[in-house]
Amino acid sequence: MYFKRKLEENFIKFLFASFAFLSIFVTLGIIFVLFYESIAFFREVSIIRFFTEREWTPLFAIKKFGIWPLLSGTLLTSVVAILIAFPAGLFIAIFMAEYLSPPIKGILKPVLEILAGIPTVVYGYFALLFVTPLLKKIIPSISGFNALSPGIVLGIMIIPTIASLSEDAISLVPRSLREASYALGATKLQTIFRVLLPAASSGVISSIILGFSRAIGETMIVTIAAGQRPVLTLNPLVPIETMTAYIVQVSLGDTPAGSLEYKTIFAVGMVLFVFTFVFNVISHRLRMKFIKFYKM
Amino acid sequence: MERILKRKKIYEKIFIILSLFFLSVSLLTLFSLIVDVLIDGLPRLSLKFITSYPSRKPEGAGILSALLGSIYVMIVMILFIVPVGIGAGIYLEEYAPRNFVTNMIEVNIANLAGVPSIIYGLLGLEIFVRFFNLGRSVLAGALTLGLLVLPIVIMATREAIRLVPNSIKEASLALGATKWQTIKHEVLPISLPGILTGIILAVSRAIGETAPLITIGALTYIAFLPKTPLSPFTVLPIQIFNWVSRPQKAFHHNAAAGIIVLLILTFLLNIIAIILRNYYTKKYKL
Repeated sequence: MYFKRKLEENFIKFLFASFAFLSIFVTLGIIFVLFYESIAFFREVSIIRFFTEREWTPLFAIKKFGIWPLLSGTLLTSVVAILIAFPAGLFIAIFMAEYLSPPIKGILKPVLEILAGIPTVVYGYFALLFVTPLLKKIIPSISGFNALSPGIVLGIMIIPTIASLSEDAISLVPRSLREASYALGATKLQTIFRVLLPAASSGVISSIILGFSRAIGETMIVTIAAGQRPVLTLNPLVPIETMTAYIVQVSLGDTPAGSLEYKTIFAVGMVLFVFTFVFNVISHRLRMKFIKFYKM
Repeated sequence: MERILKRKKIYEKIFIILSLFFLSVSLLTLFSLIVDVLIDGLPRLSLKFITSYPSRKPEGAGILSALLGSIYVMIVMILFIVPVGIGAGIYLEEYAPRNFVTNMIEVNIANLAGVPSIIYGLLGLEIFVRFFNLGRSVLAGALTLGLLVLPIVIMATREAIRLVPNSIKEASLALGATKWQTIKHEVLPISLPGILTGIILAVSRAIGETAPLITIGALTYIAFLPKTPLSPFTVLPIQIFNWVSRPQKAFHHNAAAGIIVLLILTFLLNIIAIILRNYYTKKYKL
């Protein structure tokens, strides 16, 4: 009886430990898979071509392998998104932290969180069939597929992320700083912009970087509404292609495993992973620094 | 002096107006998205739409195989994430020693939550579809989505377990129960609503995911039902994507009708999670 129980205890502990370790294997698996296939890709296409050619046409007869068009496409939609989400998210965060009463905040926050929980394919539909036609009335020259419309929708999607993380940061600023500012005769707005925001700046910046990283990795909105034409441009009114959209484009076709086209999606995935990883780490570091500073 | 004060008042008014503007833009977007989808999709939504297979003719097309495919993938995924996610959460909270390795696992789980979902698709394609030779099957899709949402379940489990009062654990141990008996009979029942909330949120996230499943090669056109976990499949978001990307207006209306079904499922899951969480925090935080 005693032995049986001891055995059961150890078995459970071992089993659960292996489940926890699974997460490490997932990370290692991602890195291994991306590296393995990317190296196979770079054996056939030199890494110099990858970074110096200005066209991306692996699916055409004349193949060019320059990553820049996909990078510029990704950058374009993400920058549009952050230009929308940064001011909106920050103002909403300040407003919620300093002006709204807790019960109203309690209703507003979950409603805003709905925005972040809507499946991205739904946003894609909305960008292509609602926002783009709307933009066409204002800018007649805009194409049916463009970077502006999915960028705007992407921005609205990440507002809740930036608003809620920035609000947490502003709320973490100690009361004493706030009271000192008021005691010196500062108005509410002066306190917000000269004391609270500078004090919360690393937390706020952390939320913006995280939002940017989300925008880079988002797939369906840009696949549906931005087009599938990899061109090196910074014009948000013409069709482009992002890194994520390219992966989807190849996956939808019948690309045999092991072919060069198949390997390209891993090379592109590798670039995507490195970008989001770096931004996530910077964002995490900034937030940890901020929390440590004010919790002490 | 008075003029300065007046100007400051005006600045504050401008600030409040701008904030309200941004807030209303967000809420208005949500509102117009829902209204737009309802206007386009409601006329198409019928019992026949839900019980028909996809078709080349938009009027006769439906979401039967996609909806059942989604449900099938979710069930298999739940069978995977419930033991693994809860087990990992229990280990980190109750068994793991406070050391470098544990710390690494924790940081790693936080990092995984930030990896783009399409990268999980590439992982699933190489590992599940090719290496384990599962093909473009329900099982491969469920495992891929499972890995994607596992951090949600693990974090929810840990938070729920942390809320269990120490006195209850100590009382159980003092009565001679082993650690596993204590967890099984005391800790888990108390933290169940919190864990359940995490699982529901994980499902609501996974049910709307499109990109990773397209990447592992889930089909976009399926006119039969998946029979076994190794059958090929499609899911509701992929069916919607397929209809959106066609040029004909009639297919767009099908997409809108599909979106209504998908949004109802997502919102229902979220509402259940919110109710559970409220009930739970009320019961144990007081």
